[in-house]
Amino acid sequence: MPAQTSQTSHGSPRFLAACAVTFLLFVIACNAIADAPREITMGLVQKIFYFHVPCAWLLMLSTLVCAGGSVAYLFGGSERGDRVALSAAELGVLFGMCVLVSGPLWAKAAWGVYWQWEARLTSSLLLWLMLLAYVLARRYGGPSARRLAAALALFAAIDIPLVYFSVRFFRSIHPSNTVVSTLGPGMRGAFWLSLLAFTVLWSVLLAARLAVESAQARLVDLEILLDQAEEKKT
Amino acid sequence: MTASWWRYTFLIAFKDLRIEGRSREVLYTMGFSAALVVLVFSFALANATDAAQGPVTAAGVLWAATLFTGTVALARVLDRERENESIRSLLLSPAPRSAIYAGKLIATSLLMIAVEVLLTILVGVLFSTGVFNHLGWLALVLLLGTLGFSATGVVFSAALLRSRSREALLGALLFPIVIPVLLAASRATACLFDPLSPDLEPVSFWTRFLFATDVIYILLGLWVFEPVVIGE
Repeated sequence: MPAQTSQTSHGSPRFLAACAVTFLLFVIACNAIADAPREITMGLVQKIFYFHVPCAWLLMLSTLVCAGGSVAYLFGGSERGDRVALSAAELGVLFGMCVLVSGPLWAKAAWGVYWQWEARLTSSLLLWLMLLAYVLARRYGGPSARRLAAALALFAAIDIPLVYFSVRFFRSIHPSNTVVSTLGPGMRGAFWLSLLAFTVLWSVLLAARLAVESAQARLVDLEILLDQAEEKKT
Repeated sequence: MTASWWRYTFLIAFKDLRIEGRSREVLYTMGFSAALVVLVFSFALANATDAAQGPVTAAGVLWAATLFTGTVALARVLDRERENESIRSLLLSPAPRSAIYAGKLIATSLLMIAVEVLLTILVGVLFSTGVFNHLGWLALVLLLGTLGFSATGVVFSAALLRSRSREALLGALLFPIVIPVLLAASRATACLFDPLSPDLEPVSFWTRFLFATDVIYILLGLWVFEPVVIGE
């Protein structure tokens, strides 16, 4: 049985076109960020915002997609759902790391310290740890690794509203959720462009990771078929 | 949840507690390791517990010890089902899987609470803290904190039954999930231990937070337990 060619595999015209679009978007976004007016009190450090917020959004989106895929796998037996969940979790770990590096850099300039034990920071760190635990469970969880990780993803999804609403529920020194609407016109355009570029990058990476996972699954299927054929011969 | 569901739940919880009553294995090992954890913290923080830090440190030590030793209880309560392959019989029995989860949750929580009583007294003595300033509130916080921990722990412990590195993995997977419970419980407990803080408003806030977290964790546990253990 010949292996099917994936539409999103590396090197396919669609994948290359998606990479080109992402690159173009990042060039436009970087120009917009460079041209955006400097914030009066924070100066150049404020520009971390254009990187930090999209990464934080992608951390939450990854968790949500991971939880959705896990529900599809756990209750519907969807293999594709499981692959989507794993790919999204890995991307969540990546973008979460970007959040946890860029945040303290901004905090040092704004608050004078790299880290504060306040609600938004703590809940974001927890969300990242949960996704890291998901990846760990997939790697070392034994025979029930996929079901274990899927359950973990659902518990992690509970943390999303906690991260988002933490600045409202608890006394927090972190900028509020409404900070985007208070941006000036030059800043707002750069922010939305940056968010779009990062989201497109996330989608391309997810598609690429899914293609790798699908290829691996097909390889396992082919190995099983090969073993069965050899057994029949003998 | 019908009458038979509750009956199965209590039967499973009673079975686990009866086995424990005969061997007292979990209670003794958990109680001893909990006491050791408190002693280790006590030695390490011997010079750091002044009047201002006392209640916060004592509450932190109490909950850290509870979490570390709680994993022992979780691992053992589910491990017994693996040793004689009784998990298969349990899953094949007419008991609903959610009732198995609820039974394990009750049994684990009761074992943990029994050890927490000892731990609270030990923390009170070693950290010179008035742990019984608000006994009713403390009992409520201990109950809610323990339920939140067990609600997630039973799911992961059951899912890890066949894993070779289950002891190492259980803590690594469980702790990130239960940190919100730990945070809320230790904040509330610190306020209760503090004799200079007559205001119980923070305790009320964190108790409500704990209650909401427990409800979500238990509902999620009831929902996912069946698909998680179905392959065992």
